[in-house]
Formats: sequence, C-alpha cells, structure tokens
Amino acid sequence: MNDTKLETINYSLYYGKFRALKDISIKIPENKVTALIGPSGCGKSTFLRSFNRMNDLITGVRTEGRVLIDGEDIFKIDPVALRQNVGMVFQKPNPFPKSIFDNVAYGPRVTGLNDRQKLEEIVERSLRSAALWDEVKDNLGKSGLDLSGGQQQRLCIARALAVEPTVILMDEPAASLDPIATLKIEDLIHELSANYTIVIVTHNMQQAGRVSDFTAFIYTDETRTGQLVEFDKTKTIFTNPRDQRTEDYITGRFG
Amino acid sequence: MSVRMIADKTVKIVLFTSAIISIIVVLAIGFFIFRESIEAWTKLGVGEILFGAVWRPGQDQYGILAMIIGSVSVTFGAILLGVPLALGCAIFLAEIAPAGVQAVVRPAVQLLAGIPSVVYGLFGMVILVPLVRNLNVPGNSGYGLLAASIVLAVMILPTIASIAEDAIRAVPENYRHGSLALGATKWQTITKVVLPAGKSGILAGVILGVGRALGETMAMIMVIGNSVIMPKPLSGNPLTYYLSQARTLTGNIAVEINYATGVHESALFATGVVLFGLIMIVNASARWIIRGQKFVEKANEEQVC
Repeated sequence: MNDTKLETINYSLYYGKFRALKDISIKIPENKVTALIGPSGCGKSTFLRSFNRMNDLITGVRTEGRVLIDGEDIFKIDPVALRQNVGMVFQKPNPFPKSIFDNVAYGPRVTGLNDRQKLEEIVERSLRSAALWDEVKDNLGKSGLDLSGGQQQRLCIARALAVEPTVILMDEPAASLDPIATLKIEDLIHELSANYTIVIVTHNMQQAGRVSDFTAFIYTDETRTGQLVEFDKTKTIFTNPRDQRTEDYITGRFG
Repeated sequence: MSVRMIADKTVKIVLFTSAIISIIVVLAIGFFIFRESIEAWTKLGVGEILFGAVWRPGQDQYGILAMIIGSVSVTFGAILLGVPLALGCAIFLAEIAPAGVQAVVRPAVQLLAGIPSVVYGLFGMVILVPLVRNLNVPGNSGYGLLAASIVLAVMILPTIASIAEDAIRAVPENYRHGSLALGATKWQTITKVVLPAGKSGILAGVILGVGRALGETMAMIMVIGNSVIMPKPLSGNPLTYYLSQARTLTGNIAVEINYATGVHESALFATGVVLFGLIMIVNASARWIIRGQKFVEKANEEQVC
C-alpha cells in the first residue's frame, strides 16, 4: 500500500447548525489521483476545500475531527503556508487579469521571490508541466484572459504548480470545458500524478474512471449531510463495489 | 399601426427627446458662458487672462493665474489627503468589515455627502482655521490652502469611497479565491489582485472627486482666505506653501459677480470657461491615464518575451 499523504479522522463540517459532512475518515495516498464522486450537493467540494482550509473563508463554518497532511494537523498550520503546499484548481478557470507570465509568477512573488531570472525559470517549468508552454511561449505578455477556456485552465494549473505544492486539489476542473480541452486536462492530470498527490472532484463517472487511481464515493440522503460510503481502488469501485448505493450511483440509477 | 406599436414608438421618442434635451442644456450653458466671456478674451487677450498674475478689477487687470493655481493646489491637497482615506474606507467596507460594522460605517460615510457645503465651511472656520493658526509660522492666519484642503478632502471622501467600494466589490470572487489558494495573504490579495482588477473603477471615483473638488465653492470661500495672491511658502520651508492664503476660480466668480459690470463681469465668465476647461482636461487625462497604463503593461510584457 502507498504512503498516506492526506488523512481525515471522524471529520465533520457544519454550516451554522447544518451538518454538511459527517464523520468522514479517509486516507488519501501520496502521488496518486483520488477522485471524489457523488451526487450534487453531497458535500464533495466542501470536503475538497477542507484540505486547504478554503472553508475558513466562509463565516459560520465549524469542523470536528482531524485533517492531517503528512501526519500533521492542518489546523495547526498557518493557512497561508498550508495553501502553498496544497494548491487548488477551481471549477471555472480563474486566471487573474494579468499577463500569462504574471499569472504564473504570482505565487512565487507573494512568497517574496523577485529575482527575474529565477521567476522566468519557474514560469517556463510550470507552463511546461502544465502542457501549455508550446502554445504560449511567444506570448507570455498576453493577458491570461485572452486564452481559450481550456488554455486558461491549464494556466491555472501552471499557476498552482509554480508554488511547488505537493498536493493539488481540483474542483471539477473540466466542468466548463469542451471535450477536447477536457481530454488535455485529463492527460495532464495523469502526468502530474507521478509527482503530485491529486484529489479531484468530478461529476463525470467516465472521467473518474479514466484519471483516478482511487475513488471515494460520498453520498447523502434527504438530510443533505454528506457521508463517505466507500473508498477503494477506482477499479474496484467501478467493477466490484461493496455498497449497493455505490453500485446504484455508478450504474446511473440515481444522482 | 397597432396600439402597442404606437406606444412603443411614443416611448422611444420620449426617451430620445430626454437624451437630446440634456445634451442641449450642456451645450447651451457652455455656449452662454463662452458668449458672455468673449468681451474679456478680445479686450484683454487670452494670454493676459490665463497667465496674468494680477487680478485688480479697479485697474482693469484680470489675470486669473493665481486663482488657477489656487484651485489646482487645493484640489491637489484634497486628493493627497482624501484619496488614501477614501481608499482605506472603501477597502475596509468591501473587504474587511463584518456586516454589522458595515451597517454602521457605510451610512456614516454616506452622511458626509449629505452635509451642505456651507456647514463644512462653518466647521472649517470655527474648528480647523483656529487649529491651523496654532502652527507658529509668521504670516499664518489659519485661513488658507491647508484648512481648505482638509475640508475638501472630507467633502470628496464619500464620492470616492462609495465608487471605489463598488469597484472593489465588482471584482469577481474567484480572483480572491484564486489568490488565497496560492498562499497569498489577505492583504497581498487585496493589493496585488483586487485593487489592480478594480483600478479603472477606483480611478473613475478619484476623477469624480477631482471634479467635485474643482467645483466646490461655498466651503472654499469660507476657509481659503480669498486673497488674490499667488500662493507661496510663508517661510524657507516649502511645506508652508499650504499655509498661504489663496482664492479658487469658483470663489472668484461667487465673491465678485454681484457687483461686477462690463469687462469685469465678462472676465468672471472667462473664469467660468477656464473652470469648465479644467474639468474637461481632468476627464480627458483620466482616460489617457487608463489607456496609457494599458500601453505600459503591454510594453513591459513584450520585454519579457
């Protein structure tokens, strides 16, 4: 079995009085792709945002249980430092209204790096890793907003890589993209998994099947409280799920 | 033609007419002011009015340079003091203050916009001028550019703050999340992403503030001293420039129009034309700044590649 990178222990999350996640315990392996699947509103995006403490930004959020990264409690880590280690790619591409170069250099710059040459190296390396370099290398000064949707998303991935995280969280990264752009993102996720621990939320079963090594099925009933039903190798989840609800969801009987 | 089509047409005509009327009003005012000023321009000469340092109606000297400098100086002072304050307010309200605090601070700031200009003037005369007078500099009367700049800074605060706040709020939330998720602090997110993304809106607020400042009359008359002199430092310290008395273009018109006749009256209209022109220059330069900035960014970007 692989080393555990991220772990939650009896983790619950409340929005005010409403319990959005209940007693989730999971061990996410290092340098693998783990997909979080489940019906709309089951809390899988909320769960994803728990790993870089983006839920802290929402007033009224309260958590119970523990979330660990490399065995360390993330609530004891400064969120700014945590987020440099745990990058995130959002559902809708959100490049800053800055040049491609400045988008990628943003993360290193906020950590205090100003050396032009080093920044140029980082920008090139990050764009190469995000499979975008060849398309933009002659236009680094162009606004990130002038790129196509798929390119913007890869720019956002490059931007996240530039900070040299060990974990990348992806919240339905291909939901707003066309099929070809989606395929490119999926290929990229596959390549990145050699060096990064990737957790991806997806609505798309085929996508989970194509890109992930492990799959967690989060489910909710009428209480709207998300619970972890099953977590296993993706192959096992898709071919031989233990739980009837997982099977029903995978085969498209609901959700 | 059906009734609906007639109604549709009527609405269109009414709306078009309203738009036309507002344009006509602006043009008519501009034309009227300019027509009344022609006598001064022709009799005295454009250069004599714009660059003449002496305004002495008794001797038919109508140079308004001192008033141009007075207006520009007090506006500059107000911007210097007011913009950081207004931006601070806007950032606080849009990004930091919890809803309960916002509900108190925002109406309080907006209330500043509702205070009549003459009340600001009164406040300036009774509170600020004596305070400024405490500065121990020979020739300092308390009345002058400093007191006027402070009053004006407070007067333009609500305009700039509310437009800047709107501009900051209009910055999409996902920029903030993107920045925070990269490990930027809240303050870095504000200064490096939110403010740059909202800069044209913020600049628009500042420009409206400049326009308001240039046009302010009553409060200026009450605190700036109104001496028709070229403002200059009262001592060797250049900062004492702001202790100098001055007169604004607006004040010049308001103070003298009641008894002015002939060329004198026409020269006051010329003052109005200059004021009009100044405000147009401010708006044009703002547009130029926004465009210029884009150009600079482009140039920098090209160097990178």
